[in-house]
Amino acid sequence: MNAMKDRSRRVGFRVLCIGLIVGAFSLSALAELGGGVESVKADQARLGATRQVQQAEGYTVHEMKTGSGIVVREYAAPAGTVFGVSWNGPVIPDLRQLLGEQHFAEYQQARQAQTQPGGRIHRGPIFVELPGLVVQMSGHQRSFHGVAILPQSLPQGVSAEAIR
Amino acid sequence: MSKYLLLVLIGVLLLTVACGGSGSGSTAGSSNNTNGGCAGTTPASAASNVAPITVDGGLQNNYADAAFATVTVCVPGSTTNCQTIDHLLVDTGSEGLRVLASGVAGGKLSPSLLASGSNSVVECAGFLSFATWGPVELADVHISGEIARNVPIQVIGDPSFPDTDVPASAACLSGNSADTFLADTVSVLGSNGILGVGPFPDDCGTGCEAAPTSSNNPGLYYTCSSGNCAVTALSSETQNVQNPVSSFSQDNNGSIVELPAISAAGAAIVNGSLVFGIGTQSNNALNGATVLGVSPTEGDFSTIYKGVTYPESFIDSGSNSLSFLTTTITGIPLCTGSTGASDFYCPTATESLSATNEGVSGSTKVTAFSVANANELNGNFNAFSDLAGPLSLPKTSSVATAFDWGLPFFFGCNVFTSIEGKTAPSGTTPYFAY
Repeated sequence: MNAMKDRSRRVGFRVLCIGLIVGAFSLSALAELGGGVESVKADQARLGATRQVQQAEGYTVHEMKTGSGIVVREYAAPAGTVFGVSWNGPVIPDLRQLLGEQHFAEYQQARQAQTQPGGRIHRGPIFVELPGLVVQMSGHQRSFHGVAILPQSLPQGVSAEAIR
Repeated sequence: MSKYLLLVLIGVLLLTVACGGSGSGSTAGSSNNTNGGCAGTTPASAASNVAPITVDGGLQNNYADAAFATVTVCVPGSTTNCQTIDHLLVDTGSEGLRVLASGVAGGKLSPSLLASGSNSVVECAGFLSFATWGPVELADVHISGEIARNVPIQVIGDPSFPDTDVPASAACLSGNSADTFLADTVSVLGSNGILGVGPFPDDCGTGCEAAPTSSNNPGLYYTCSSGNCAVTALSSETQNVQNPVSSFSQDNNGSIVELPAISAAGAAIVNGSLVFGIGTQSNNALNGATVLGVSPTEGDFSTIYKGVTYPESFIDSGSNSLSFLTTTITGIPLCTGSTGASDFYCPTATESLSATNEGVSGSTKVTAFSVANANELNGNFNAFSDLAGPLSLPKTSSVATAFDWGLPFFFGCNVFTSIEGKTAPSGTTPYFAY
């Protein structure tokens, strides 16, 4: 939240807290980075999370929190399309759920190409940068952080840096 | 000047800068890679609370900047039914002993005693790029002269608990498939397991006692019946896989990773010490080290670099490089060439940088570090104090909110890790100090 406030102050966005929705939804729609608001609700249901909706200039942030301390923020364009998602918490949330099948498959393929059998072992941050998908994550047990962005779906005037 | 000559010169200069000193005042170009002001940089000599550690490239000689320890695990109460396991990764970024079943000759240590009936408790512990799956077993863990008696450890890669038993929805997998994400062989781990000696007494806290259906339960522990595994609630925090240090009968408030300073060119093998206890013996006093309190939930502190605060920073001997910021912020180019090269920085000349680490209680420590050209480091060496890369991509620089002080940070700097809930000198636990 602090990061969000800092960002708001710096860029001069006026973030309005629209409402707090508590409770789990039982929607069956599959979530999708690039999907609509229904997919956000599906993610919320899967996480068993509370959800707070914040309106920023040019996009909406759906912030979900679980009892175990996972925080997921989904960034939706005015038309409802999710163009970015960030997460932090004691465990990494289900990225197949958050990215959607298609983007998750792209992510996995890129990760596989990075990991050569028998190659040098590297334990550190993870990066995937494809033309249509950027994924980054870091941290350690009890404190993981990450973000996934669809750079081509950013609303006009919104930079990838808004997703945090 | 040839690269080789330059490296030799840097090495000579480094040797000249005594590692026990403050490390400050180095002249430009000396690329001083000792960490300024560290309390003591000579590893402790043999004692009942000192375990030798080594940075030697691991079991496959492909694992730079990873420190390994040896432990002996015994069936509880036995001093004969034991196995000694070498090459366990010393990890201040996690908690608990996790050993490959292949490293535990003869199979299981003891029947799992955590669950009633025939169901064993099985854990799936998620790390950043892999997860470990396998039964929780009770063992006496002997390290140096210290013993953690009857503590839960994880046995990974146990054929009685195949990867196919892990539910696709298991939290540890974070959506990945079990067959690609579970680390259950030496070839994936580069070690016989992980010795997690981070700032917490166990790997889950109280969350694993919550109802299995509650979102308060992070979903680490399972019970299985005929290969059907489901999240379970443990009845107490002491059933979690334990940081063995916190279970010692003495010297149990933390540990110190001690690795000597090395030359900027690196070294093939570096030997050091893992010392148990803080301020409990003559060989584990803080000696003026600065105490940096960490957040009680995450174990993080702040790093301040060029006036900007990065609040989720951490000291992690299990990270095998320093990771910070992005190439656009640091101005240091990424490496190019082989697969994975862009994980590292490749400056034209070694960069000497400085950041300030700030604990949650406000204490600060100015910390010098170096970034070498990773492509020019000697590929036959296994220890580097200046191997570094970005934490983030330029497009995601907004989430570069941490410095990951990995093993390169530890050379020439004794790093104290105190454990949450214990009493330790000069501060409230959990903390790091150096």
